[in-house]
Amino acid sequence: MSTVARKKSLIWDYLTTVDHKKIAILYLIAGGLFFLMGGVEALFIRIQLAVPNNDFVSAGLYNEILTMHGTTMIFLAAMPLLFALMNAVVPIQIGARDVAFPFLNALGFWLFFFGGLFLNCSWFLGGAPDAGWTSYASLSLESPGHGIDFYVLGLQISGLGTLIGGINFLVTIVNMRAPGMTYMRMPLFTWTTFVASALILFAFPPLTVGLIFMMMDRLFGGNFFDPALGGNTIIWEHLFWIFGHPEVYILVLPAFGIFSEIISTFSKKRLFGYSSMVFAVVLIGFLGFMVWAHHMFTVGMGPIANAIFAVATMAIAVPTGIKIFNWLFTLWGGNIRFTTPMLYAIGFIPSFVMGGVTGVMNATAAADYQYHDSYFVVAHFHYVIVGGVVLALLAGTHYWWPKMFGKMLSEKLGKVTFWLFFIGFHLTFFIQHFLGLMGMPRRVFTFLPGQGWETGNLISSIGAFFMAAGTIVLLVNIVITTFKGKKAEADAWGDGRTLEWAVSSPAPEYNFAQTPLVRGLDALWVEKMEGKKGLTPAEPLGDIHMPNPSFLPFVISLGLFISAFGFMYHKDYSWGLMVGIVGLLITFGAMFLRSVIDDHGYHIHKEEIMEAEKKGAKA
Amino acid sequence: MHVEEKLTAETFPASPEKATLEGKNKFLGFWFFLGGETVLFASLFATFLSLRDRTAGGPSSDELFKMSIVFIATMLLLTSSLTSVYAMYHMKNFDFKKMQLWLGITVLLGAAFLGLEIYEFNEYVHEGLKYSTSAFASSFYTLVGTHGAHVAFGLLWILTLMIRNAKRGLDLYNAPKFYVASLYWHFIDVVWVFIFTVVYLMGMVG
Repeated sequence: MSTVARKKSLIWDYLTTVDHKKIAILYLIAGGLFFLMGGVEALFIRIQLAVPNNDFVSAGLYNEILTMHGTTMIFLAAMPLLFALMNAVVPIQIGARDVAFPFLNALGFWLFFFGGLFLNCSWFLGGAPDAGWTSYASLSLESPGHGIDFYVLGLQISGLGTLIGGINFLVTIVNMRAPGMTYMRMPLFTWTTFVASALILFAFPPLTVGLIFMMMDRLFGGNFFDPALGGNTIIWEHLFWIFGHPEVYILVLPAFGIFSEIISTFSKKRLFGYSSMVFAVVLIGFLGFMVWAHHMFTVGMGPIANAIFAVATMAIAVPTGIKIFNWLFTLWGGNIRFTTPMLYAIGFIPSFVMGGVTGVMNATAAADYQYHDSYFVVAHFHYVIVGGVVLALLAGTHYWWPKMFGKMLSEKLGKVTFWLFFIGFHLTFFIQHFLGLMGMPRRVFTFLPGQGWETGNLISSIGAFFMAAGTIVLLVNIVITTFKGKKAEADAWGDGRTLEWAVSSPAPEYNFAQTPLVRGLDALWVEKMEGKKGLTPAEPLGDIHMPNPSFLPFVISLGLFISAFGFMYHKDYSWGLMVGIVGLLITFGAMFLRSVIDDHGYHIHKEEIMEAEKKGAKA
Repeated sequence: MHVEEKLTAETFPASPEKATLEGKNKFLGFWFFLGGETVLFASLFATFLSLRDRTAGGPSSDELFKMSIVFIATMLLLTSSLTSVYAMYHMKNFDFKKMQLWLGITVLLGAAFLGLEIYEFNEYVHEGLKYSTSAFASSFYTLVGTHGAHVAFGLLWILTLMIRNAKRGLDLYNAPKFYVASLYWHFIDVVWVFIFTVVYLMGMVG
């Protein structure tokens, strides 16, 4: 067993890391790049729709851009960025030294990364998928070329990564909590990560199965969705939405968690109604599985099914309302500091409520026949996803940036980002409610003049550029901070309540020199109120066991990436099948190596820890 | 307890699979994984149920299925689940040789099951049920084939563990590995019970 970690080059370090804090940075960079790509696609959409009869992009290309915008934003931007924050924060919040499965954590990242890379290779290899992010079978089976195959195989690979990540967080939160960190003392972000991970575990397998069917139908002669040979195209819709609706909560529950942390910190109050918040999160997670068919009201399931799913959907407004009021009551009488993250939180509450209200409108099955496939729906889901999830991601990035990178982002530029983005967001999407009610259908590449849609679309397009400007300011902020930023304290905001603010910024690779003893909700705050500077340790200082870095997660994922190309082209080229099999052999070979080579990790010695802690205290 | 501790039959803990933190994590993580697998098979079953009568003029299940071969396959797999229980019993008693023996028998039974399944699929193809014949064919081969792929993976997994650890015996590093492999094997068995009922019995009489 080696005792000293060897010095490595930066790139090799990140290719082989199993440290949750470095994996968080990988998720942040990769997810951030995909977010920018999805954003550029959104700008193309808004430029094309800015004026009637526009020919900025062709109809076919528009379909590809629109499909890739949705797919990229959900699977390759929002989820990985949430995973970035979860990885950066959750293990430290529960007083753990690492996640339960560091190797699988790295594997989850690389699978997501190669899946996303594969999907985006489509742009250069004959065209991107063009059947919308929902890729309904009747449409996607008819799509020529390999665009849909890129969608199917790319999402299969990255979905595997997400599933692995979900299991990892579940086990981490159940098994790795520090002494005294009972379930009802866990910070809300940890709770929401826990419930979102459970949703991932049960929601992703139906997507996996749907994608297998689609792959079989398109590439291997299957007949799942082809009615001519007995198939049924509705099966895809059910499987997709049994995944797709919980997916909304997989995204928004962690967003709720982020805002719960921020609102409590910057109100200098413990979260109002903590236990009802936990209850609401669990209830939303449960109900999230009961409502998928509200996406299919117009399919023709009949009035009874529609009524049941309508009522179940409306029921979700109750726990969500509980949360909204708890946030308001936390603010009430609080000592509020309007920092950048707090601005996002304040902006989030009314924005998300608007998305929720239109959600209840859409849930009214009879009325949904009018809203369905119109811009009203586009406005609705952008209000919940952008107004909820993206605002949370921006807030969380500003909030935990010092913990991840050790430097404070500029508050001044942060506030500029907020105002540009927030104004741009409402400018873009508010007017789309009315465009939808006036009859503008979604997913059309252009529209004719004289229907009263011109002004609305122009305003919407202008708003998109405000959001782009806000994003650019954020990037500038990141660059400036990286080179000139102020070094962050352990308790970077001065009002930290949870454990991550008790360790230095950035956290040492072992997180806690001594595992802390948790003595209440908001563990750090409890210590502060007793006049203590640090946490109460639960163990004497000793050697710390660390997992070994490994290159195998990269190889396993690369194998699937190669294999996907092979199987995709197996009908077009004779080498296809061969390449597909070779790719699988690489993957399974690497898994085999992982299984037979013992990996006991290494220890960081007590003396090294004492030295590192001394240095950390001085800096 | 530490992973690399050298143990004897006296010091070996009662639940070696959960004696270390790594073991506890593996144990729980694998149960969660099986939860996800359950949903995966549930989706495959649901699809099969909705497509099982859609034969599109091709052979139907009551024309194809024969009780004898499916019954033998079922008995083989059920027995293999029992022998894997014996293996785990001996693991907990720190009797490595007997554990290997019963795992070996488990693998043989599993391989026989897999052989029968391949033979059976081959028969059906000759009787005109290709993967692309009908929606019934696609959903049947995908459901039962996914199970078969799980059996094949399980066999390779257990064999790898047996060969890798043949010389060094049991310790707290590999005990959780053997344990989760046997959990996986039980899960495959449970899925087969549902396949036997939903696909074959209901296909012949329902």
